[in-house]
Amino acid sequence: MAGKTLYDKLWEDHEVTRRDDGSSLIYIDRHLLHEVTSPQAFEGLKLAGRKPWRLDANVATPDHNVPTESVERAGGVAAIADVTSRIQVQTLNDNCNDFGVVEFTINDIRQGIVHVVGPEQGLTLPGMTVVCGDSHTATHGAFACLAHGIGTSEVEHVLATQCLIQKKSKNMLVRVDGVLGAGVTPKDVVLAIIAKIGTAGGNGHAIEFGGQVFRDMSMEGRMTVCNMAIEAGARVGMVAADDKTIAYFEGRPYAPTGEQWAGAVAYWQTLHSDNDAVFDTTVIIDGSTIAPQVSWGTSPEMVVPITANVPTPADARDAVQRSSFERAYEYMGLTAGQAITDIYLDRVFIGSCTNSRIEDLRAAAVVAKGRKVASSIKQALVVPGSGLVKQQAESEGLHTIFIEAGFEWREPGCSMCLAMNADKLGSGEHCASTSNRNFEGRQGNGGRTHLVSPAMAAAAAIAGHFVDVRSF
Amino acid sequence: MQKFTTMTGLVAPLDRANVDTDQIIPKQFLKSIKRTGFGVNLFDEWRYLDEGYPGQDNSVRPLNTEFVLNQARYQGAQVLLARQNFGCGSSREHAPWALDEYGFRTVISSSFADIFFNNCFKNGLLPVVLSEAELDQLFKECEAGEGYALTIDLAAQEVRTPSGAAFSFEVDAFRKHCLIKGLDDIGLTLQDADAISSFEVKARAARPWVFNALAR
Ligand code: SF4
Repeated sequence: MAGKTLYDKLWEDHEVTRRDDGSSLIYIDRHLLHEVTSPQAFEGLKLAGRKPWRLDANVATPDHNVPTESVERAGGVAAIADVTSRIQVQTLNDNCNDFGVVEFTINDIRQGIVHVVGPEQGLTLPGMTVVCGDSHTATHGAFACLAHGIGTSEVEHVLATQCLIQKKSKNMLVRVDGVLGAGVTPKDVVLAIIAKIGTAGGNGHAIEFGGQVFRDMSMEGRMTVCNMAIEAGARVGMVAADDKTIAYFEGRPYAPTGEQWAGAVAYWQTLHSDNDAVFDTTVIIDGSTIAPQVSWGTSPEMVVPITANVPTPADARDAVQRSSFERAYEYMGLTAGQAITDIYLDRVFIGSCTNSRIEDLRAAAVVAKGRKVASSIKQALVVPGSGLVKQQAESEGLHTIFIEAGFEWREPGCSMCLAMNADKLGSGEHCASTSNRNFEGRQGNGGRTHLVSPAMAAAAAIAGHFVDVRSF
Repeated sequence: MQKFTTMTGLVAPLDRANVDTDQIIPKQFLKSIKRTGFGVNLFDEWRYLDEGYPGQDNSVRPLNTEFVLNQARYQGAQVLLARQNFGCGSSREHAPWALDEYGFRTVISSSFADIFFNNCFKNGLLPVVLSEAELDQLFKECEAGEGYALTIDLAAQEVRTPSGAAFSFEVDAFRKHCLIKGLDDIGLTLQDADAISSFEVKARAARPWVFNALAR
């Protein structure tokens, strides 16, 4: 009999019952909540007179709506200028108080983007099932977790039953071999993967990222890659546990200690696919061929290397993609065949659950150090992923580097990743963004997003247009 | 949850691939803490020429007359024809809420993003997967003449065209059962409460660190 994949193992260890129709009840170890997708779930519980099944599985923090400007932020919830945002953040507080859910509130040093906070606090631990009403929950798969986004009805379902009704996905292995070139980052790797397999390439699959490139990658980098599994159509992205995974949790506030730690480590060491495991689909990429990537269009698969040009309609794989290309040229205000380095930017955003951890800020700071943001750039934002990331960056003096270069240094939150707060693009503006989605209007009505790594975003801020960070 | 058995409804064709949930319902409307009120802002950025915000009077906003749902012949549509990978992007359940409140009961496409697909079933909205070729035919027939309506028969797992052609589709037995009966998932899962409790006993022994109490 063939061995098991990591996904198979995680699935088996959390299967409560299997029904005749092939669906299963899967037990959820950790449930993360934020203000946008939880209010209707709490309301549903109240209306039905139900109580959370296991309170200690749940942790909440507000992130999508919180203001990132320090003055507005300093006043806490009451000072949030946008009334609808304020009500939503206040509703999270009220619900957490009413039900007794642990919450890191708006100005708690532990607050931040939910996917940064979970691992940082040791609330996400290897081998857990982790869910959140947010599609980028795949991020937590970097720690060999079975983690995925859920809708609001499922948030309510998890609160009430600690389980989800699931059907097992297929197994996909994305193996990136070799060694990355200098200046090539985890963000470039994941963008190159999506460009190759397409935004629907992983539909119905759980992806495991394997190969030398991921073994060599830091935990932060693995989070960046797993974060964008959903952009390749897969709800779940995972990396096998290794010594780095285990070392990451040592001393984290909610990580086990003492005898429990030893038991946990022994279990975590089993969290990898067996050598003879069989995957339904395998994709192999040579890591040494990956260059820094830039998205030119309105879908995360519309990505090319910095050295390339905007594709022409003739490059499309079929008629459907050709018509998407044509719509994208128009929306993005680009001409087929133009050089990527000829795209000029209006704004730059360094942040989001993809790239707002300390390693990302360091990479951007290396590029920004001693340089100035181009005068043609209207705004260049750096938004740390959590209060603790901000504190760490400040202790290393990164904020001074950014501020001296002309970047704005903000308070933690989702910010311009989805523009639910005041940070957004104007219509027609081009933005070099370290976030994960370049959909029409994602960063503001009519805004034009280009997805890049933190180093590429910083370099674009300095040059005013895209440049190859390797020769910068 | 509302039941879904058999329905016949007017069809609207949305001929775009990879329609994401930011398009279905833009983020500014996600600030609501209610489950209702999203229908008027379905496809907001395509439907209106100005930028929408929550709570505004949508009846006075300038309409994009080129957008398919604004055309007279598609008013009252209950069936949305869509292209591959419909509903990709965020997990927002506001997307099916908006489609449902607008009046759609079903979306037909050649493929759906997983989370969106799942969310539809929780809201009495039926996502139907047909082959590309079948979909092409439906798009053609729909655009050819006004008043094109399809019958979706969930029990028989069939889409029937006005000319009598029938296309069958797959649907998972449990989801089908819940939709036809209009059943609440949570109530069903709680019937397995004993199994969940005994799983917890086992899991706690095997992985005690997962069950530690969380201090604030
Ligand atoms: S940073 Fe962006 S993608 Fe991540 S959770 Fe926030 S809004 Fe979603």
